[in-house]
Amino acid sequence: MNERAPTLLLSVLCFGIAVLYVPMLVLIAYSFNASEMVNVWGGFSLHWYRELLHNEQILDAALLSLEIGVFASTCAVILGSLAAVALVRFRRFRGRFLLTALVNAPLVMPEIITGITQLLLFVAMFQLLSWPHRGFTTLVIAHVAFCAAYVTVTVRSRLQSADRSLEEAAMDLGAGPVRAFLDTTLPIIAPALLSGWLLSFTLSLDDLVISSFVSGPGASTLPMVIYSKVKLGLSPDVNALASLIIATVGAGVIAAGGLMRRTERQQQLDAQLVSRLHSPD
Amino acid sequence: MQLLLANLVRRYGRWLIILPPLLFLVLFFLVPFTFAFKISFADTALAVPPYTAVWNLTADHHLSVRLSLANYRYLLTDEVYAFSYLYSLRTAFFSTLICLLLGYPMAYAMARSSKSTQAILMLIIILPFWTSFLLRVYALEGIIRENGLLNSVLLWLGLIHHPLQIMRTNLAVYLGIIYSYLPFMVLPLFATLEKLDHTLLEAAADLGSSPWRAFFDVTLPLSMPGVIAGSMLVFIPAIGEFVIPSLLGGPDNLMIGRVLWDEFFTNRDWPVASAVAVAFLVFLVGPIALYQHYSTAQPES
Repeated sequence: MNERAPTLLLSVLCFGIAVLYVPMLVLIAYSFNASEMVNVWGGFSLHWYRELLHNEQILDAALLSLEIGVFASTCAVILGSLAAVALVRFRRFRGRFLLTALVNAPLVMPEIITGITQLLLFVAMFQLLSWPHRGFTTLVIAHVAFCAAYVTVTVRSRLQSADRSLEEAAMDLGAGPVRAFLDTTLPIIAPALLSGWLLSFTLSLDDLVISSFVSGPGASTLPMVIYSKVKLGLSPDVNALASLIIATVGAGVIAAGGLMRRTERQQQLDAQLVSRLHSPD
Repeated sequence: MQLLLANLVRRYGRWLIILPPLLFLVLFFLVPFTFAFKISFADTALAVPPYTAVWNLTADHHLSVRLSLANYRYLLTDEVYAFSYLYSLRTAFFSTLICLLLGYPMAYAMARSSKSTQAILMLIIILPFWTSFLLRVYALEGIIRENGLLNSVLLWLGLIHHPLQIMRTNLAVYLGIIYSYLPFMVLPLFATLEKLDHTLLEAAADLGSSPWRAFFDVTLPLSMPGVIAGSMLVFIPAIGEFVIPSLLGGPDNLMIGRVLWDEFFTNRDWPVASAVAVAFLVFLVGPIALYQHYSTAQPES
């Protein structure tokens, strides 16, 4: 590396980070703008936040999105980790290729295609079985289908690196395979289950395209409401809502990052301790 | 009896683990495509749902099948579709390229910084990924619109005398994709560059390579897995992108995702939309999936 290169690299890095963050910071700043005009600063005000609290449409949509998010990510974690266990632990079974393809497909499938095809399925199913009504049920099903894939990817890599000797030891001591798995491996993959759940929850909460297709009348999720408001023009209460979401997520990610670093440090200390105990001197 | 039960569980217990996700994904991910395939051969009808039946059981128990190839013929004759496939490919390709050119130095700078700085920088790059995609696109609008921050700054600096028209142009779509997907490019690049063996660069320098020469001979080839993974993560979602062209692009923007959306919701032509989806799958998603399947270079994230 010559002398100038690090400065050049660093300035590109700073430029990139600025590109990522300036739009969000400007949005947050404008959420406190008293003026309704987007280009005029009318002084500091919490007006749009108060407005938000009285906006029934947004509150209802937010509640619906949260409910769907909790339901869908819980189901996705269950199905996704079952798929991960199957793919890591059972080397050969009928349908292995199909399962591999199906957990990878949602990662490369454009949302718009998934949305259209799932809507066509739900319409045909409803004609045949009078079930499901388009709305909450179809939204949850569609969200589970794409979130489970992300859970599988997260859990699978953790499961592959998990040490199986503990589980074998438990089985040697007389525990059944299920009991041994639950007592030894489950605690090891628990962080992956948690991050899989959080990832699913965020993906579900943020999904616009698939939801727009599979939803029915009266069931508008938060992204659908935001999209239609933004499409119609700038609305300052969306700024307030966006700022709240960004602040919550930011706090969550920073807290999770701090927690992860602390556990990592603890694990390193533990490992040092163990190696010192094992070494003869 | 108990032994029998235990034997049964041992033999078939694994299916209790395999079947739930397999059946769910087959029913709600695979089967839908067969429906799309079927409906792409139907005709539009003023009915609920708005298409004709492909097969019918007639009164005398004969199965009558009516396949209509009109939708596919329509895709071939109306050049809007061919154009929008190519246009989506081009947009995704150039956005990916610009993301790579911007993301590579970023990832390289991250990889060269100290471990504690790396942890913080990782957090900074990951954070936007967790915030709402839709809201970030909306936030970008606040920067590039006619009276937005960018124009205000440029006017104030005296670099321009009239506000630039960026919103509702193709440039806005490019900016939107680059802004939204940049973290997807940086993270895999960082993951490979961080593991790079620095002694190789020193060896190259000792043998008389210039820094640039060493970069092109050593660093770049070794970081190819990251380049490929990052490019895939940007290129794939960018092709089918709907939100960005819809919110930032002009009314004449023809990204394929948007064409599909309009065909479905505005024109309510479900059979043609299905045919577009099937063609999309065959020409774009299929090759990518095959490529991913056969490329061993793809690292597990």
